[in-house]
Amino acid sequence: MARKVVITGLGATTPIGGDVPTMWKNALKGVSGAQTLEDDWVAKYELPVHFAARASTPALDVLGRVEAKRMDPSTQFGVVAAREAWADSGIAEIDHDRLAVAFATGIGGVWTLLDAWDTLREKGPRRVLPMTVPMLMPNGVAAAVSLDLGARAGAHTPVSACASGTEALHLGLDLIRSGKADVVVCGGAEAAIHPMPIAAFASMQALSRRNDDPAGASRPYDTARDGFVMGEGAGALVIEAEEHALARGARIYCELAGTSVTADAYHITAPDPQGLGATRALKAAMFDGRIQAEEVVHVNAHATSTPVGDKPEYTALRAALGGHVDNVAVSATKSQMGHLLGASGAVEAVLTVLAVYERKAPVTINLDNQDPEIPLDVVTKTARDLPSGSIVALSNSFGFGGHNAVIAVRSI
Amino acid sequence: MASNEEILAGLAEIVNEETGLATEAVELDKSFTEDLDIDSISMMTIVVNAEEKFGVRIPDEEVKNLKTVGDAVSFISNAQA
Repeated sequence: MARKVVITGLGATTPIGGDVPTMWKNALKGVSGAQTLEDDWVAKYELPVHFAARASTPALDVLGRVEAKRMDPSTQFGVVAAREAWADSGIAEIDHDRLAVAFATGIGGVWTLLDAWDTLREKGPRRVLPMTVPMLMPNGVAAAVSLDLGARAGAHTPVSACASGTEALHLGLDLIRSGKADVVVCGGAEAAIHPMPIAAFASMQALSRRNDDPAGASRPYDTARDGFVMGEGAGALVIEAEEHALARGARIYCELAGTSVTADAYHITAPDPQGLGATRALKAAMFDGRIQAEEVVHVNAHATSTPVGDKPEYTALRAALGGHVDNVAVSATKSQMGHLLGASGAVEAVLTVLAVYERKAPVTINLDNQDPEIPLDVVTKTARDLPSGSIVALSNSFGFGGHNAVIAVRSI
Repeated sequence: MASNEEILAGLAEIVNEETGLATEAVELDKSFTEDLDIDSISMMTIVVNAEEKFGVRIPDEEVKNLKTVGDAVSFISNAQA
């Protein structure tokens, strides 16, 4: 019998709230975190996309000036979220050799890398900061969280594009079940609202161009969806062996019942139109958690608002849940906060945990005309109550490269 | 040409910016590593910022000889002369 793993701490910094209580309040209300970018580089580089969803609380408002100087913006967000999750867990004493970190990013220190390149070209090698390498490395966020919390059972960085944050939970569950750690701080962080990634994602036609209406741009499942909205921030979850949590009398949100990761091996960016890899991931996570389709009451969908991405996820959900999919309350929270790339899975995991714990499914905004080819029961307008009794919720994340990751959480 | 007092004040600002240490803590007889707890990465950042501020070049092989704040002030003063 595998060790049971529970979730005991939550943290987040996002475009709709700089901490978990604020984010959750807004997620239930239904707000948009997208705004027109005021940066001069939008016009300077003639970017085709003029908006994004910035973190509502700048990391520099929370962190000390000197500590922040040694962190890429993505790491700053990660540390902010990890500290909130750690405090929320209430862990006072711990064997630090049994505490691990699994903290993901999609891109890593892109600001640091490109700033250093600008410095090299404009001022020469002498001016390239000595902290450049540790700040740009993708494991920088996991390392910083490990250093901050004294986590010595390993600091890992799953990198699978937009599935990274969810894959961090998959890895964390494995670390505890296999006995390598008792507590893992899992999460994902991203800070890529920089002209180069915006130009690159726009170049592949992945971003919405609804420049005259940023708040209405992220519209998963709507017939007028035209791409995702770039977001930034971080999410963090403290996961813990159940016996460890019980021994210290912890407040337990829910069980991390099952996780899975699969690969499409279909195309480097396009989702498999049949959703076969996603279907296998859903089925594998449910098998891992010994979950019957009828137990599932809520799905936090990947649903990025791209024309080609949203439908295969529906196909996969129907294949995995059968006719029961019609009874499941689906929330597409990227409608509110945009797509946080490697952080999205972690932030959406926080929302999924809260949905089960508070028995409320958050709102999907901007769904005016639902795509008839995606007949899901989407939670719109107002948050929806979830049933009492034992319930399960799923959260999906898919990433360029054909990565599929799913987590399943069960009420306690 | 900056006086030694001006160089000390300028260095103290650079150290404060990099480490958060109070400028008053940056005194001539203080060791960068022992007293001010400045690691090698911060030291290199301070050196590069001092080069820009005072218009001097501090060769990498010279940095290990700058044990105290006073060593750095003397080096910069001589390099400016």
